[in-house]
Amino acid sequence: MTDSRIEISFTLNRRPVTLRVDPRSRLLDLLRYDLGLPGTKEGCGEGECGACTVHLDGVPVNSCLVPAWQVRDRAVLTIEDTAEAAVERMLDAGTTQCGACTPGVVMTARWLEANPRLLERFSARHLMAGNLCRCTGYDGIIDGIEIPVPDREEA
Amino acid sequence: MQRIEGVSKLVGRERYVDDLDLGEHLWGATVRSPVPRGRVTDLRFSAEVDWSEFTIVVHTDVPGDNTVFLLEADQPVLVAEEIRHIHEPIVLLAHPSRDAVRRAAKQVDVGVDPADPYFDFRAAPTAGQLQRGDDNVLKRLEINKGDVGAALAAAAHVVEGVYETGAQEHVYLETQGMVAWVEDGVVCIKGSMQCPYYVAKAAERALGLDREHLRVMHAPTGGGFGGKEEFPSIIAIHTALLAMKSGQTVKMIYERTEDMAATTKRHPSRVRHRTGLDGDGCLLAQDIEVILDGGAYQTLSPVVLSRAIIHAAGPYTCDNVRIVGKAMLTNSVPYGAFRGFGAPQSQFANERHMDVVAGRLSLDPVEFRRRNLIKDGDCTATGQVIDDGTDRVGVMELALARADYFDRRAEHRNFNAQHAYLRRGLGLATFFHGAGFTGAGEVHLASRVMVAGLPDGRVEVLTSSTEMGQGSRTVLTQIAAQRLGYAPVDIVIVDPDTHRVPDSGPTVASRTSMVVGRILDDACAALRQRLGDAELRGDALRAAIAAWHRENPGGRLSAEASYRPPPGVQWDEENYRGEAYGAFAWAAYVAEVEVDLRTYTVRCIGFRAVQEIGRVLNETLARGQIQGGVVQGIGWALLEECMLHEGAMVNNQLTNYVIPTSADVPPIDVIFLENPYEEGALGAKGIGELPLDGPAPALANAVADALGVEPNVIPMTPERMMDLIEGTATHD
Amino acid sequence: MRVDLATSFEEALRIKAERSDVVPVAGGTDLLVHWPDAHALQERDWLDLSALTELSHIHFEPDTVVLGALATYWDVIQDQRFRALPLLPAAAATVGSLQIQTRGTWAGNIANASPAADGVPALMVYDAEVQLASTSGRRSVPLADFYHGYKQLEARPEELIESIRVPLRPHDFENFTKVGSRAAQAITKVGMAVAHSAAGWRIVANSMAPTVRRCRTLERLVESGGTVDSPDGLLSAIRADVNPIDDIRSTAAYRERVFSRLLYQTLLPACSSFS
Repeated sequence: MTDSRIEISFTLNRRPVTLRVDPRSRLLDLLRYDLGLPGTKEGCGEGECGACTVHLDGVPVNSCLVPAWQVRDRAVLTIEDTAEAAVERMLDAGTTQCGACTPGVVMTARWLEANPRLLERFSARHLMAGNLCRCTGYDGIIDGIEIPVPDREEA
Repeated sequence: MQRIEGVSKLVGRERYVDDLDLGEHLWGATVRSPVPRGRVTDLRFSAEVDWSEFTIVVHTDVPGDNTVFLLEADQPVLVAEEIRHIHEPIVLLAHPSRDAVRRAAKQVDVGVDPADPYFDFRAAPTAGQLQRGDDNVLKRLEINKGDVGAALAAAAHVVEGVYETGAQEHVYLETQGMVAWVEDGVVCIKGSMQCPYYVAKAAERALGLDREHLRVMHAPTGGGFGGKEEFPSIIAIHTALLAMKSGQTVKMIYERTEDMAATTKRHPSRVRHRTGLDGDGCLLAQDIEVILDGGAYQTLSPVVLSRAIIHAAGPYTCDNVRIVGKAMLTNSVPYGAFRGFGAPQSQFANERHMDVVAGRLSLDPVEFRRRNLIKDGDCTATGQVIDDGTDRVGVMELALARADYFDRRAEHRNFNAQHAYLRRGLGLATFFHGAGFTGAGEVHLASRVMVAGLPDGRVEVLTSSTEMGQGSRTVLTQIAAQRLGYAPVDIVIVDPDTHRVPDSGPTVASRTSMVVGRILDDACAALRQRLGDAELRGDALRAAIAAWHRENPGGRLSAEASYRPPPGVQWDEENYRGEAYGAFAWAAYVAEVEVDLRTYTVRCIGFRAVQEIGRVLNETLARGQIQGGVVQGIGWALLEECMLHEGAMVNNQLTNYVIPTSADVPPIDVIFLENPYEEGALGAKGIGELPLDGPAPALANAVADALGVEPNVIPMTPERMMDLIEGTATHD
Repeated sequence: MRVDLATSFEEALRIKAERSDVVPVAGGTDLLVHWPDAHALQERDWLDLSALTELSHIHFEPDTVVLGALATYWDVIQDQRFRALPLLPAAAATVGSLQIQTRGTWAGNIANASPAADGVPALMVYDAEVQLASTSGRRSVPLADFYHGYKQLEARPEELIESIRVPLRPHDFENFTKVGSRAAQAITKVGMAVAHSAAGWRIVANSMAPTVRRCRTLERLVESGGTVDSPDGLLSAIRADVNPIDDIRSTAAYRERVFSRLLYQTLLPACSSFS
């Protein structure tokens, strides 16, 4: 079976990786079962819950819908890249309860915090809608996102 | 205090059962029944699979009793012959490849001689559908107070109503999962669960093991909501059977589709009300019938029914009450525990009905409640006298004030008169929830908590209470730290493990903070007692613990406490009379909705939740419990419909069973009122389930306010709303 | 399962010409759903297009916008130039979630041929054309004529979608409406796109027929100025154009009634013949 494996190289959490992947492997499986990074969770396997959210070339994607071989020559960031200092606000806001959706929530939230201008066009509640949470009712998640005070246009 | 394991969860370090590094292991899978009722005639293993690679377990491999013991030994671990519901487990497989075992499970054909199934719990079964007694009634319970017949006959007004609620899926984000292995003759089980001792008791009996040879460990649990109360016993026994037969470590993780199709749900219900009132709109008689669909096995249905009927008359004063409850045995996938445990169903009916009654009497729903809410000195349906000092009308008035209720209603009248197709409304629900086990339940549980002083002076807390997101680790730490004068970092919560921790009861029924926390409080006192000084705290206590260990090297400095019933609590199980609960939490919720008459869609655009809960132990955690519970309730009321075919959910994907997203709900405004409960830990009452009771009736009442219709069935999906508004009948 | 990782579009076309049963994949948001149980798809051979940067372009030409086959919903949402075709970003923002929008492609939405597709009606209402390519040449097919039936496409086995061309015309009326089972991230139960330009009225329905469908009877009714004084006045034309069904997400009765109401309320302010 090793013959059918595909060799790929990519950047994982800012470090280069080269390995052979089963053609049927999803990015989610690759991270969790081959690369020892189980922080990324599987909630539904159909791109609905967002628990498996990672950044692929800088944008959030559901890793359950990415064939592993599609990340060749690309950059993947997972929850394991998150610094403890970056989640202090979320800790106080009650962003996490059971924690199963949390890694995906944090990855989407980190992306929003890095792209604050999106919040001028879309509400945080709309942008976070791809991360289902059954515990918090979402207030704890929305309150945990650091939303910068917009530049004042007037005087 | 911040959530103890919060950082670990936020940076992805928390290890759930599927994240554990097991080394080489097998994956398990389940072959399930293809029909809802019948007899297994044969099992055909496809010749396309090399079965010698697989571990195969059938009912004859169950070494102990083939039963998942809970209340009654009616549910088999694996079907021997009789099938009672679709997706019932028949064969277990294990293989080193997850893909291989998943494929192989589709290659076992179950031959069946089918029988006539019974699904509609609202209609009587035919002779051919009888499976229990002469009526398929699984459990019947009754509450009687006063003389309902005479009071109805004498009433100035009698108002009737029928209310229905659908099944609800838990949608814990982590599906059911378990690992098992055999180590030095001990069968070890670890996984996602609420109640390690439920799993242990069921597994001991099915596996024919004593306590020494069976060890159950809790893994961080990604949501439970009742769905991991009794069901994990099944997957735990299955995984252990595969581990025992193969001699290897076995992991079973349900796919989302399997989890949704084959595991328990909230009981569907139908409730009938007949209510008598005097000329002033005061309640004279409440005649209530509650019917639940229990599904194919008993699970916890009798207990769910009990809580349903005890809450069915609501927080109102009425001298004449009759409540008849029935749980029906059907051939649906068994229904089971779900946050609220019957009370959301019966209080949906009651709170909706109170608005219907007020409407018939041309009374404002607020004024109607002012006249009828329980006042100190009044008693509940079971005759429990309420005298806790809480101002229940005041709880309601605060919720109304937060919602700017009367002004907003006037604004809505104007808005509705002008808008082409949008209609807005406000709805109120006033309700209660009894915390802890019902009646003498806590006495029977006889929960125990242990604490131990460690050589470095820190203190360990040993309970079987599990962390599943609700914050039990944090709250138990807080309670111990406060009682011992310690910093939270010097309290160590031991992971629940039946070979290490005493049985502090199941992690259910809103009981952990209030009941287990209180026993922990006593255990802390016992520790100080053991050291000879009941006043020891903080540094002095640390020093005393360290000194004890210097004098007793290698010794164990532990102390234990057991449940003590609150004084004066009497419960008559035969007649359902007396103190059903040590305490009730009281609440008033106001929901604001907007209905789109083009699409018949109901949106919740505002929500206020006011509750009196004794004492708030941790504001962030408590608020999170209420907000999360309210949003589950909004989902149950508006969006979440289990489409059942042959008794099983067929929309068993998150794409087709829709729970609320962040864009579907408004911010949930949470206000706590405090009136310390002497018998609860630090004055707290349980809150975990309370927030499920109020949202559905508040939303339905708001829809009624907006449209002038009577939405008495939930979920209020657009299709159902269309039929209600247009008088069509296109949707069952 | 064999996977060919195409490094150029010409190579991809060659592979498709040699083995027309390969499964082309770009964003994977439809194909990878419930992947561990998708055994039939796992038996197939796959052709990965995701690295073909030559297909990820978005060009604004004087009277046409060209979306390369790898252009995603997110590419359109964040590109302010699409204020000229506002239904495209509006529709894109309703497709799945952010995490789907960053991966899903417009061409994939066309090729997947779901009757509930949200990108397709927005493209169709603007008279988009599908540019098909094979080793033997290129051709262009109006999107409105691209579907022959449920999942039946006007594309030959050896063809791949290269790009989508959308005419840039001034519109004096544009509307995209989606009714899903919840406020965000939902599959469409009833959907429509409506636009008016010098080319006339365009009305497109999704989740109302086996394919996304241009509703020519309704267009003629509106074009002709026939009086419509209630949603029911649209029903006979709706029944001529589409035939909704009962399924796991909704009912035929709901779909027909809601479609008529939405369309009526949508056209009421724009058409003097509506009252």
